[in-house]
Amino acid sequence: MMMSLHIDPAKCTGCLQCELACSYDNEGVFNPSKSRIKVFNFHDEGRFVPYTCTQCAEAWCLQACPVDAISVDLKTGAKVVSDSLCVGCKVCTIACPFGTVNYNASTGKVLKCDLCGGDPECAKACPTQAITYVDANWTGLERMRTWAAKTDSGPRATH
Amino acid sequence: MRYVIVGAGPAGVVAAETLRGRDAGGEIALIGDEPGEPYARMAIPYVLTGKIGESGARLRKTKDHYRALGIRTVPGRAARLDRGKKELALADGTKLTFDSLLIATGAHAIKPPVPGLDLPGVHHCWTMADARAIAKRASKGAEVVLVGAGFIGCIILESLVERGVKLSVVESESRMLPKMMDEAGGEMIARWCAAKGVKVLTATRLKGVAQGKGERLAVTLDPGGTVPADLVVIATGVKANTDFLAGSNLKLEDGVRVDDRLCADGNSIYAAGDCAQGPDFSGGFMVHAIQPTAAEHGRIAAVNMTGGDARYKGSLIMNVLDTAGLISASFGHWERGEEARALDAKAFRYVKLAFDGDRLAGALTIGLTDHVGAIRGLIQTRAALGGWKAKLMRDPTRVAEAFVASSCAPRAQARGTS
Ligand SMILES: Cc1cc2nc3c(=O)[nH]c(=O)nc-3n(C[C@H](O)[C@H](O)[C@H](O)COP(=O)(O)OP(=O)(O)OC[C@H]3O[C@@H](n4cnc5c(N)ncnc54)[C@H](O)[C@@H]3O)c2cc1C
Ligand code: SF4
Ligand code: SF4
Repeated sequence: MMMSLHIDPAKCTGCLQCELACSYDNEGVFNPSKSRIKVFNFHDEGRFVPYTCTQCAEAWCLQACPVDAISVDLKTGAKVVSDSLCVGCKVCTIACPFGTVNYNASTGKVLKCDLCGGDPECAKACPTQAITYVDANWTGLERMRTWAAKTDSGPRATH
Repeated sequence: MRYVIVGAGPAGVVAAETLRGRDAGGEIALIGDEPGEPYARMAIPYVLTGKIGESGARLRKTKDHYRALGIRTVPGRAARLDRGKKELALADGTKLTFDSLLIATGAHAIKPPVPGLDLPGVHHCWTMADARAIAKRASKGAEVVLVGAGFIGCIILESLVERGVKLSVVESESRMLPKMMDEAGGEMIARWCAAKGVKVLTATRLKGVAQGKGERLAVTLDPGGTVPADLVVIATGVKANTDFLAGSNLKLEDGVRVDDRLCADGNSIYAAGDCAQGPDFSGGFMVHAIQPTAAEHGRIAAVNMTGGDARYKGSLIMNVLDTAGLISASFGHWERGEEARALDAKAFRYVKLAFDGDRLAGALTIGLTDHVGAIRGLIQTRAALGGWKAKLMRDPTRVAEAFVASSCAPRAQARGTS
């Protein structure tokens, strides 16, 4: 069963536990700027939106990478950056139309969600279940997928 | 089906893989005239800095990748196309017949018409062979003149700075990155480079190169007179590799003119990547000589070559650049329409957004690395910004927020607590 992150912004209180857990687990520091998930804070609307890679089917980041440094983890379906292959060209950061690959100047490589190999820390850290890791069919990622299709500069379906 | 692909760069390789994915039994020949395994030009700067070895620049890393997919790699140079016979002749006399042909020959670097550019020590930075030649001369403390401060010139600039050379960059236009950046952005990047010890000479022309003392060169600039150099790197532009198509009656403009299926003859000949003048996202047909376009072209052309009907909605011109640690990006048409700007000269930060009504049409950023891709998302989905337009006019740095708000909010409502 393919699992994916389900994000329910309505439940998010903006506590940033996910950002801390992500940066600590992946980068060894409690530093939200190194987190692969980001909680957007819409002050004027009093609303928080946790935001990260949806592991979209189009995989713009993977397609654009010139040196094959991004590959699909067959177990989780995550698009994973190989640090040893990444040259830090940043093309994936502009190619992902969701903006969910960020450049990390301190390593000269890029950061993106890899689903922690199938046990995402953000979901475990979230106290309100705004982020859960569930059966992919339940995640309601459809809207973002539709969004991805709209962004497609190429064919929508495979012919 | 017999498929022939000319050019083993990213466009050709992605196409070959896509063909195989869609036609298990077809014959695929991938012709390339560069030695060694197919590689990514855009990884050259990282070979120069030593971040990777040459093998790190290979497009595909698994051993026997092409053979395992049944893609026949053919070393050689296409010399002539006979459309009537559906036959491609290579320079060595080999002839290949095809049912469907993809032209993915990329481009080559061109020189300005001044004397002395054939001297040893004057190089382009376009191929792996160029990179090796540059590496030989660009040692720590060497004096290097880089001619051309466009996108490619600036990418090389970064590697030369990292190699510790004494660098002068010469640009005939009045600013660095005359196509990728506006006046304010080009000025900011020039100021940054100057602070990193690069001599930036804008509004300066290369008049010629002559042999100096020993292995050294004498470079004449106007203004500026003659300066010594150990290495001259020419990055003044490129031209599509379409010479072998002379007499083929295909429509050749800035590249091979193709339709929205990336087809050049309405039938069996396609073109992709740097050599193809394909649909621009905002209308018209343009050569967008960038990696993401090469990969998209390769994929879409291959879908159509195998009987599909994929219509390309056009490529969005976009670039991201690191000039000695300062990161800049540009997307789409930032040069026209209503604009919003936020500039912090001291912090080296700049965001400029250009709108077409209440949609984002283009952007420039300097010093912004988080969620920059969302700019592509906003432009390419042609998302109506609604209330966010006014917010972005006030503070254009909130562009990623605008994307998240427009892509996520309705989902949260629609999904409730599902
Ligand atoms: C130094 C450098 C840095 C770059 N950085 C970036 C960047 O940061 N971002 C970005 O988006 N783009 C960048 N680019 C541009 C990017 O590399 C190109 O857009 C991309 O390589 C285009 O791919 P392509 O397959 O169309 O052409 P190419 O990669 O040029 O491949 C075409 C191949 O066809 C071969 N060929 C040509 N004619 C023939 C013939 N007659 N017969 C047989 N073979 C032939 C060529 O020798 C070549 O091997 C950079 C380029 C350079 C040189
Ligand atoms: S980083 Fe972006 S392009 Fe890559 S899989 Fe995630 S959402 Fe898709
Ligand atoms: S930054 Fe790394 S992962 Fe991203 S496109 Fe470049 S090499 Fe690939």
